[in-house]
Amino acid sequence: MIRDITIGQYYPADSVLHRLDPRVKLTGTLVYIVSLFLVKNLWGYLIAALALAAVIRASKVPFGYIVKGLKAVVILLLFTVCFNLFLTSGTPVFEWKFIRITKEGLYLAFSMAVRLTLLILGSSLMTFTTTPNELTDGMESLLSPLKKLHVPVHEVAMMMSIALRFIPILLEETDKIMKAQQARGADFESGGIIKRAKAMIPILIPLFISAFRRAGDLAMAMEARCYRGGAGRTKMKPLHYHGRDAGAWITMAMFVAVIVVSRRF
Amino acid sequence: MSIIIDQLNYTYSPGTAYEKQALKDISLVIEDGEFIGLIGHTGSGKSTLIQHLNGLVKATGGSVYYNGADIYDADYNLKELRTKVGLVFQYPEHQLFETTVLKDVQFGPKNLSLTPLEVDLRAYGALKQVGIPDDLIDASPFELSGGQKRRVAIAGVLAMEPEVLILDEPTAGLDPKGRDEILDQIAKIHDERHITVILVSHSMEDVAKYVGRIIVMDHGRAVFDGAPKKVFSHYKELEGIGLAAPQVTYAVNALRERGILVKTDATTVQEAKAAVLAVWKG
Ligand SMILES: Nc1ncnc2c1ncn2[C@@H]1O[C@H](COP(=O)(O)OP(=O)(O)OP(=O)(O)O)[C@@H](O)[C@H]1O
Ligand SMILES: [Mg+2]
Repeated sequence: MIRDITIGQYYPADSVLHRLDPRVKLTGTLVYIVSLFLVKNLWGYLIAALALAAVIRASKVPFGYIVKGLKAVVILLLFTVCFNLFLTSGTPVFEWKFIRITKEGLYLAFSMAVRLTLLILGSSLMTFTTTPNELTDGMESLLSPLKKLHVPVHEVAMMMSIALRFIPILLEETDKIMKAQQARGADFESGGIIKRAKAMIPILIPLFISAFRRAGDLAMAMEARCYRGGAGRTKMKPLHYHGRDAGAWITMAMFVAVIVVSRRF
Repeated sequence: MSIIIDQLNYTYSPGTAYEKQALKDISLVIEDGEFIGLIGHTGSGKSTLIQHLNGLVKATGGSVYYNGADIYDADYNLKELRTKVGLVFQYPEHQLFETTVLKDVQFGPKNLSLTPLEVDLRAYGALKQVGIPDDLIDASPFELSGGQKRRVAIAGVLAMEPEVLILDEPTAGLDPKGRDEILDQIAKIHDERHITVILVSHSMEDVAKYVGRIIVMDHGRAVFDGAPKKVFSHYKELEGIGLAAPQVTYAVNALRERGILVKTDATTVQEAKAAVLAVWKG
């Protein structure tokens, strides 16, 4: 069901990870993604996967819940794997008519699949453990040096967090509209591609209209509360680093060191 | 011919932090031709319950029988069920999508693979029944007022000529005049077409005037079920779950407490008037 798409949503729980400073989590995710691209061999992937598993464990977010988020990108994953598997040249290990799989292709397909999976799991873990508000604050504070270059940092951070906040709302709306059209006899499951594409019209049009209506309402509500952007705005809960954040920085540094060392094997 | 709901349970997002049991052990029998009011505080599970009746939501426990057949049977035709049990959602105007009012109403009957003539007949008939004037039939549904949009959306379901018509808060957000008009039209449709109507509402006043039976929901359970007079005699308990009986019920009960021996089962202003006059004339 459409509601099962969990990517980008917050999962409330009481864990160390939830309590970490959002800046640490944002940087940590970035560091993790970069280090995935530093990995050169199986050992590296194993370490990265184990590290992620440990962090997921510590986050208290059910594993099944996180994996559900992968469903949305399964197609993308399959595409990457197929492209790498069939279109890489090198020493062939399997040949049949025009299909040809090479040793290099196998390795490349495997590593791309692992990399993508870890990347998606890692970044969705961040949104699972960080509320949109914290995420905005963290992002704003991390990007604040760019303010000197006249980048509208506050606005960008606000837009991103609103976009994140809208994902579950629009999913719920889609679910409602689908049900309403199904109640009028609409059929989304049968027929060829063209018929199915046409069947989307009764969903997409109301969805767009409702997205615009919601955006308009939100803008109005923000203005009614005198929202006027970042300049001079203070925070109710300013971000402060705690002891646990220092621990997280150290863990992160150790992880990067281990990954770099793993390249030598 | 009836709908039987047996020990129905439903839980949203089971197994996650958002787990929420919305329906608890609901058992009901709905006979043909009944006019039922489904009442409950916000979040009591009304919308969830009615979505079970046409198979849009599958129960996590219990069964639903439509005319004797179990709708959760593997070979049960749910698509056909949806054409027989017409469901008008809360804020149905949000589902409009066509370029003209007429085309939007035709969407339902077209999905039934009827002849074009039959599709037209049903669409025009439904629009007339909900009181949409002829000059609006070719207008864009997005240019209509809120109340008119609501009617068009109701016509969209009516045009499928369902045997059971379920309306989820059809009067939410309308002014008193628009509210009375829509409810009158629904009552008329019930009388003319002899169909079963289930009306979901917050308002006891609305419901008391029209329905023959009231089902009260509270925290996922059906707590009262019976004729309006019987249900409203529990007005103290109703208050306990955040609902209220019609105001006239309070008025006649207050008279009674002052020692004026009126009958206290009045649920509409007319009945209260008759009860008071009866005492007056002795
Ligand atoms: N899609 C959903 N996911 C999770 N929980 C839900 C969902 N829809 C409803 N609920 C929960 O189920 C319960 C019953 O909701 P339901 O919509 O059936 O109430 P209702 O009686 O129709 O209320 P209202 O009068 O406000 O429309 C509520 O507590 C609600 O929070
Ligand atoms: Mg509801």
